[in-house]
Amino acid sequence: MELKEKLVSSFLAFENTVNVDAPIHDIRTQAIKIFEEKGFPTKKEEAWKYTSLNAVLKHDYSIFPKEENALEFKDVKKYFLYDLDTYKIVFIDGKYSSHLSETTHDKIDVCLMSSALTHDKYKAVIDNYFNKVARQDGLTSLNTAFSKEGAYIYIPKNKLADKPIQIIHFSTGKESAQMLQPRNLIVVEENSHVQIIERHQSLTDNPVFTNSVTEIYVDKRAHVDYYKIQNDNEQASLIDNTYIEQQAQSVASVHTFAFGGNITRNNLNFFQKGEGIDSILNGVTILEGKQHVDHNTLVHHTEPNCESHQDYKGIFDEKATGVFNGKIIVDKIAQKTNAFQSNNNILLSDKATINSKPQLEIFADDVKCSHGCTIGQLDENALFYMRSRGIGEKEARALLMYAFANNVLESVKIPQLKNRINKLIANKLGVDIGFDL
Amino acid sequence: MLEIKDLHANVEGKEILKGLNLKVNAGEIHAVMGPNGAGKSTLANIIAGKEEYEVTDGDILLNGDDIEELGPEERAHKGVFMSFQYPVEIPGVTVTNFMKTAINETRKAQGLEEMPAKDMLKKIREKSELLEIDRKFLSRSLNEGFSGGEKKRNEIFQMAMMEPKLAILDETDSGLDIDALRIVANGVNKLKSQDNAIIVITHYQRLLDYIVPDYVHVLYDGKIVKSGTKELALELEEKGYDWIKEEINA
Repeated sequence: MELKEKLVSSFLAFENTVNVDAPIHDIRTQAIKIFEEKGFPTKKEEAWKYTSLNAVLKHDYSIFPKEENALEFKDVKKYFLYDLDTYKIVFIDGKYSSHLSETTHDKIDVCLMSSALTHDKYKAVIDNYFNKVARQDGLTSLNTAFSKEGAYIYIPKNKLADKPIQIIHFSTGKESAQMLQPRNLIVVEENSHVQIIERHQSLTDNPVFTNSVTEIYVDKRAHVDYYKIQNDNEQASLIDNTYIEQQAQSVASVHTFAFGGNITRNNLNFFQKGEGIDSILNGVTILEGKQHVDHNTLVHHTEPNCESHQDYKGIFDEKATGVFNGKIIVDKIAQKTNAFQSNNNILLSDKATINSKPQLEIFADDVKCSHGCTIGQLDENALFYMRSRGIGEKEARALLMYAFANNVLESVKIPQLKNRINKLIANKLGVDIGFDL
Repeated sequence: MLEIKDLHANVEGKEILKGLNLKVNAGEIHAVMGPNGAGKSTLANIIAGKEEYEVTDGDILLNGDDIEELGPEERAHKGVFMSFQYPVEIPGVTVTNFMKTAINETRKAQGLEEMPAKDMLKKIREKSELLEIDRKFLSRSLNEGFSGGEKKRNEIFQMAMMEPKLAILDETDSGLDIDALRIVANGVNKLKSQDNAIIVITHYQRLLDYIVPDYVHVLYDGKIVKSGTKELALELEEKGYDWIKEEINA
């Protein structure tokens, strides 16, 4: 049976595990209909021209987590930012692990979607925000239909989350192939501030297919920094659908570090709903082998005097492929918009590919919008210069690649995270870097 | 220190050096002069190990060892340094971090421990004062947005940090005003000792007023066609290169 049919026919079984009388279930029922109608995207769609899900969809995935699998912290410690005090929401094969997590209800809520969807205490927030900014495309609807578990973060107004929050999804490989559909909701009210780090990690070579949806609401003058670490193995595919709605004078940043995975697709959408908003989209991609990453971004400016800044750097080796498709829409009313987009790439091999496509739809006449895209090789003169100062070729290449990605790395505001990312890069490049940039 | 014998070299299939001989001993300063296109920069880049330059014949010996098969970094580890005519801008790497990496990589290759941070800072301070370089300058990205003069001064600062055995200054005087020229020359002279050697490659005699050579060579059409003492440089300054060309072609 094809995965689509299997999913649609599994919906009945899924309904036995949730409260079908809850209002949210109407949303799920609607969503499965949309998925049934639209299905998975194909390369015929313009937005999926360079990314095929065929190979990903052919596995016979287990759709529901069957049993609770446990992991010992010492065995997975390296996937955590363990040198930093954080809240943690950890899932093992789609099920919440209280053992590895550290949640809170003290002034802020850092807990589970399953609680938020079933307890009256959260009803008002769920009614107001759940599935409101998410789009109704096939993949998002599929996630909505089976939405049950994920991270729920609620920061009421004038609160500073006292420490960053880590959301980590582990796959143990107990199933021969597993599909995961986490659903996250993050609501940050006026003047509040939160930092979130998200990671998906498969622990074996059994195929994993994650279709994740995250909705983030950033109220007036609130500030959200979201960091995604995508450093999974070559059997793990991820479709990350993230929707961010921002109110006046809010700041939201998303950093995407795409260092590994089979097929990774980031659908990152920003909707600006007030004046004086700043949206920041930064990414560093470093891939080799046959890995594929597709960054599909949208920033929709609907009010005057807002800004958006996109800076994506990509380094592709061997047969790795990358896509950057950045769409900026500036509505007619959104005068004095400043929208900047830059996508710079280095290809280290003749067989590596990048497709870079800016899409600007500008209907206002008094705006500053710019986009730039470069594709090149490492500068041989710079390599010679560094080598002539005694720096080995491998180290010189690594140093140049660090330098290339530096302005994005510099914008990471959590020092321990920046340090970790530097180490991940050094690991990937096979160098022991004794410098800090 | 350096002995070049009958060196022939191609760049992109075109023969640039056509049987060049040069011998430089420790404690000496040699100037290599010549008209544009004579092969001066090619010579500098070949000694430093630039890979696009293909040596087709001849030998380059450093302290008796053939260095032709060595990469640029290995030559640097043996004490070769080239001050670039066009230093490369490297955004994202500060001058200080670049020097730390360069010195520690070189020490590692020489089997030495990394230089303690305190010693490194002290050395950076001393050498930047020698070249009259502002401290703020050191935390800027390497060569990015530097003026021509700043780049050249930065090259000599790097030379001071690396303490090479053999330094090749490739057109270090170009782009320098007279004050910067004095600072750079003063730095080079302070670094000079009986244990090291310097090759000054220049088009003009001007720099040689400040860095006084023991020998002056004229490079023309891929060969050294005339050698002499510093008076030769003055003669070239006065008469240009045409008389040499005529002498050769006669």
